[in-house]
Amino acid sequence: MNFDILFASVLNGLTTGAVYALVALGLTLIYGVLHIINFAHGAALMVALYGVYGLKTVFGIDPYLALPIMVPAMFVLGYVLQRGVINRASHGKDENILLVTLGLAIVLENLALLAFKSDTRTIDTAYTLTTVQLGPAFIALPKVIAFFGALLACAVLLTLVTRTDLGRAIRAVAKEKLGAKLMGIDVDHVYAMSFGIGLACLGAAACFLLPAYYVNPQVGSGFVLVAFTIVVLGGMGSFAGALLGGLLIGVVESLGGLFLGESLGQIGIFAIFIAVLLFRPTGLFGARA
Amino acid sequence: MARDLTGIVIFALAVIALTLLLSSGVWLNALMMTLYAALLALAWNLLGGFGGQFSFGHALFFGTGAYASAVAQVAHGVNAWAALALAIVAAAAVGAFVGALAFRYGLKGSYFALVTLAFAEVFRILALSAGFTGGGVGMMLPLNESIANLQFGSRRGYVALMLGCVVAALITTAWLRHSRFGARLQAVRDNEDAARAVGVDPYRIKLGATVASAAFMGAAGAFYLQVFQYIDPGIAFGPHVSVEALVGAIVGGMGTLWGPVLGAALLHALGEATRNLFGQLPGLNLVIYGSVLVMIVLFMPRGLAGLGAWRRNERGRHG
Repeated sequence: MNFDILFASVLNGLTTGAVYALVALGLTLIYGVLHIINFAHGAALMVALYGVYGLKTVFGIDPYLALPIMVPAMFVLGYVLQRGVINRASHGKDENILLVTLGLAIVLENLALLAFKSDTRTIDTAYTLTTVQLGPAFIALPKVIAFFGALLACAVLLTLVTRTDLGRAIRAVAKEKLGAKLMGIDVDHVYAMSFGIGLACLGAAACFLLPAYYVNPQVGSGFVLVAFTIVVLGGMGSFAGALLGGLLIGVVESLGGLFLGESLGQIGIFAIFIAVLLFRPTGLFGARA
Repeated sequence: MARDLTGIVIFALAVIALTLLLSSGVWLNALMMTLYAALLALAWNLLGGFGGQFSFGHALFFGTGAYASAVAQVAHGVNAWAALALAIVAAAAVGAFVGALAFRYGLKGSYFALVTLAFAEVFRILALSAGFTGGGVGMMLPLNESIANLQFGSRRGYVALMLGCVVAALITTAWLRHSRFGARLQAVRDNEDAARAVGVDPYRIKLGATVASAAFMGAAGAFYLQVFQYIDPGIAFGPHVSVEALVGAIVGGMGTLWGPVLGAALLHALGEATRNLFGQLPGLNLVIYGSVLVMIVLFMPRGLAGLGAWRRNERGRHG
């Protein structure tokens, strides 16, 4: 195997992995606080991608400039969904939340199918075909931007969670719901904020993703299992785990595709997923039980 | 048990009478597809409703059954009835494998849902990539109508076959309601630790329910192949079947005998009605299924059957 090809493949995997990490961070935040698996995460990413696509094709807004629109928009969507639908559906049982997020995912995905057909759409920008040389490898410029953008977004999220009052409230609710409530924290509000922030991550991920990627109604389901894999791999609810897990999975997918071919390469991810779930459900990096 | 069995006999007689009365192919087709949907929901209910283990990837067993039957018939010339039996055994074996892995390592709740989903996805990719499944092109079952080939000229034959499967699933469900095994399964669902404390082995109980549930899904998969004479990885292992099975059972009422039949019939009628109103649009069916699922969880968490039980309780309370 040629070293240059391997090197390029690893770099490509890292750039994808950074976006995966951002998607997974949103998922792990929601899991850590609400202790539910958001099955609608992939569908919400798909909605965000169509949002970026629409802003570009209808209003001519560049995907990177769409960030200040998409991030708040997805935040509001998440806040409203959690407070208006998901929280009401729980009736005190986690299974109900699981089912209701699955229902939302089905509805969103198939509404998109009704509205946009199953066509795969891409956008054209001036920099779509620009490449950057890194050592012996050439990487598409949008992917390099996505890598650094996603890392920056992760840093912002981590700062938000560790350094602000809201972040403290989120961590308090995640650790001890009743205690947090007794300290005067509005738990329902914190739930909805966490869900909103989780979806806001998807808004940012969509902006970084679309210039080098595509959108179709099923695009989310590809991401959703990958994001679950990362979250499980990194340890449910662990931010550092999600970040490292994302990069790792990106590289595994890229190398798997190189050695096994596009479709069979995906198996590697699921094999990791199933193996981690079975043998180390606390995750590779997660020490918390 | 006797009351449940009487109900099942009346149900079977009613379906037979309906089959003989109906002459239009459209209505016979609707009856057949409703029974098919009921079988999916009943199968899911065995594990999800009575065992409390929510599988999001029940298509795994459906697809295994369909492909086992297709490969046996097309590539090895196995008789269709034998292929049906093989499909059931193959699906049950995959159920035993996945169940053993998941329950041995104590996966519950969302983790179990995730691992079933992942297995379905792995099988879909394998079916896409493997040589003997025909890859993405799928597999065609040659048309050859005869009872020996399990291919019927009239829909009545399929209705009879489907009715047999549904009755078997109903009897299994009734048995779960009244047997020791069923009581243990429901005890594990309601409180696994407490069940373990009184000497129930949750692993074996859940595994048994998974195998039974998978076997019925395998029969449904083989049936699908006989009727449509075609299977591909997306149909076999894609999310559509998983969703149909789960939503039917939840809408009707998990852990009940007639809930899944009721839920499947209602969903099927809803799907047909919207198809008549708006025409055949891709995705419309699943939009309805998803919306109904959200509505039911929001407003009627015990499903349609729960509504009946609630009214009975109310009546009981007021004399």
